[in-house]
Amino acid sequence: MPTALKNFSKFRYLLYELIKKDIKLKYRSSILGVLWTLLEPLLTMIVLTIVFSGLLGKGDDNFPVYILCGRLLYSFFSTGTKTALKSIRKNSSTIKKVYVPKYMYPLASTFSSYMIFLISLIVLVGVAIYEKVTITPAILGAIFPLIMVFFLTLGVGLILSVLDVFFRDLEYLWTVVLMLIMYTCAIFYKVESLKSVTNEWIFKINPLYSLIVNFRNAIFGRPLDMYHFWYALAFSAAVMLFGSFLFYKKQDRFILYI
Amino acid sequence: MAEENILEVKPKKKPKKKVIEVNNLGVRFNMAEQKVDSLKEYFIRLVHRNLKYKEFWALRDVSFSIRKGDRVGILGLNGAGKSTLLKVIAGVLKATEGTVTVKESVVPLLELGAGFDKDYTGAENIYLYGSMLGYKREFIREKFDEIVKFSELGDFINVPVKNYSSGMRARLGFSIATIVDPQILILDEVLSVGDAKFKKKSANKLKKMMKSGVTVLLVSHQGDQVRTICNKAIILDHGKLIASGKAEEICDQYEEMISKKD
Repeated sequence: MPTALKNFSKFRYLLYELIKKDIKLKYRSSILGVLWTLLEPLLTMIVLTIVFSGLLGKGDDNFPVYILCGRLLYSFFSTGTKTALKSIRKNSSTIKKVYVPKYMYPLASTFSSYMIFLISLIVLVGVAIYEKVTITPAILGAIFPLIMVFFLTLGVGLILSVLDVFFRDLEYLWTVVLMLIMYTCAIFYKVESLKSVTNEWIFKINPLYSLIVNFRNAIFGRPLDMYHFWYALAFSAAVMLFGSFLFYKKQDRFILYI
Repeated sequence: MAEENILEVKPKKKPKKKVIEVNNLGVRFNMAEQKVDSLKEYFIRLVHRNLKYKEFWALRDVSFSIRKGDRVGILGLNGAGKSTLLKVIAGVLKATEGTVTVKESVVPLLELGAGFDKDYTGAENIYLYGSMLGYKREFIREKFDEIVKFSELGDFINVPVKNYSSGMRARLGFSIATIVDPQILILDEVLSVGDAKFKKKSANKLKKMMKSGVTVLLVSHQGDQVRTICNKAIILDHGKLIASGKAEEICDQYEEMISKKD
């Protein structure tokens, strides 16, 4: 283990460079550049508000803020896992020629998505102020879902990046799975207000939904829901452990397949 | 090594320490008879128990050790396992069996610029590629001007690498990789980087490094190159080590071997 740590510290500059590269190149050719990080969720929020604003009742949470909470977390999870999935194959030419710890690639892509996600939280703050949502001390609870969503995404990303080396069609399959996850995240509606939920269990097993629920609780000044808290924590820890284990076991075989 | 040189003024040193040790190295590839890379295909074959691989040993039972300051030529025809051996020593490929111990820092000069990002400018790639070689940020910043100067890229350093010619890319890669004085240098064939002028410059730089006592591994399929650069050599044939010793003798043996094959 100390050798692994030593190795990490030797290559920590690489991690920094890879994150910087992802973020720099992402917006290099666009005129508004990094402003898109803010504009994109804002515009999606406006669209969703126009179309679905009737879905929440009178006494419910402020709709734009409600949407943003779900939408921001989901889009981090979705871009984070999608880029991590491709990270090994995308860097195959380097992996074949220069030795660097291979986990740097999924780790860096998850980190860079996370940076962009953190920047985009500014939109949430702005909209919350504009919509006069009262901020209470409960908002400190938001730190838990914000940390957990990183490890959830990293763990899932590690697993996907390994599998993608061996099975190229995972990319398309994952898009479908992401769609399922998106619709069970209740981004623009409330699960309780669905007239007849035949498959309520599907919301209960979606760890991202658990995170979103508690993120909303914190933003709207409610205490955290303990079922969702423990479930998300256990799930994130489990995928992190399994992902690291799988990656560690399979990394030496990557070069034979990429 | 230097045992025959009795007239040496300096007190006789112990044999230099081993920097690379290769013990019973074997590298196996699974050559799938048909490439199975989709989930559907994998499961169909799994159910039909049709997941067959042809095993292929690129290297088998290779053992040798290299002492500090040795310049070792690795001779062999195409497919003899030379590149596989270098990849294992560079740490890119893992041994299937046996062990490889490398005690000093390796700079592989294989396919220069393999770690470049094509959308990044030359300047940005200096930091990126440098960090892949394990250099520190401050170190790269310090050496930045030197790298740019040696590469002779001038204003092109702020142009995305995708617009570079292959010569320019190799020049930049060479300049970054050789900015430290590596302890072990791995060369795949003798470098021919850029135009005649830069070739001379890079050859001079390599000579200077070799004089300073760096350990060199040179892959080649020509005896002449090995004769001029190396003091020791090994021959690989179909993944097996068939000879090792002084460069002169091994080169003779190798040339004889080739002429027999003709």
